[in-house]
Amino acid sequence: MFRVTRRYEFAASHRLHVAGLSDEENRRLYGKCNHPYGHGHNYVVEVSARGPADGATGRAVDTALLDEIVARQVLDRFEHRNLNAEVEAFERVVPTSENLGVEICRSLKAHWKEAFPGEWPKLEKIRIAETPRNIFEIRADEIE
Amino acid sequence: MVITRKVEFSASHVCRDPRLSELENRKLFGMAANPHGHGHNYVVEVGLAGDPDPVTGMVLDLKELKEVLNREVVEPYDHRFLNYEVPPFDRVIPTTENIARDIWRRLEPHLSRGGRKLHSVRVYETPDLYVDYFGDETCSA
Repeated sequence: MFRVTRRYEFAASHRLHVAGLSDEENRRLYGKCNHPYGHGHNYVVEVSARGPADGATGRAVDTALLDEIVARQVLDRFEHRNLNAEVEAFERVVPTSENLGVEICRSLKAHWKEAFPGEWPKLEKIRIAETPRNIFEIRADEIE
Repeated sequence: MVITRKVEFSASHVCRDPRLSELENRKLFGMAANPHGHGHNYVVEVGLAGDPDPVTGMVLDLKELKEVLNREVVEPYDHRFLNYEVPPFDRVIPTTENIARDIWRRLEPHLSRGGRKLHSVRVYETPDLYVDYFGDETCSA
């Protein structure tokens, strides 16, 4: 059994602000991440899939197919976007990296069979780094 | 606990199945099927599981681990064309998966002994693509 991991990047802006809380509470909770005009990051996403190596190709994951699903479900949606203003998933959900990671994992899991209709490979986990020091990991089996 | 040591080697390879047509190979392996081959700076991280020795406080002397990795992996692989010079890749396609499995086979008899167990082999083909292999067991953290 192998785990194959591929690394992707996208740049996006966001602002951490919860509409149900006062401005003062938002400032206290999120600090500079609450600055009114938002700010951006170069996000790094690692997508891991596991499976046995195919007898004919010697590969566990066709990385071209993985690139396609990640392009559709992640990069095309988030690259050079304002997450709060332009991404439907964050209209009512605060775009923390926890929630962004969950959305990426949910979206990949929901569309996984379109890219990989067979039993293998399976989506195992995703890892998102907001900065090189802030890293969030979500396993596919944590997501419905 | 698991201790990890990293080594690097540079090698060339080509991913194609001689029984398939040029078109099929291109479709399966993309640019990696270019018959003249191409190269990578591979990075290998080897995880070794065990308990620290009560006297030395070490799972395994890292000098010894480094010697094993150099002898069993770097020496045979470094600056070679894997398909032509490093068996079993004369008959096994040198994908990152198969390289990870071959490195596991080379290391396991030297490292899984004396209460220690080879835990994982991670092979980076590029910084953006890597494979973890845990032997025949299912993937673990």
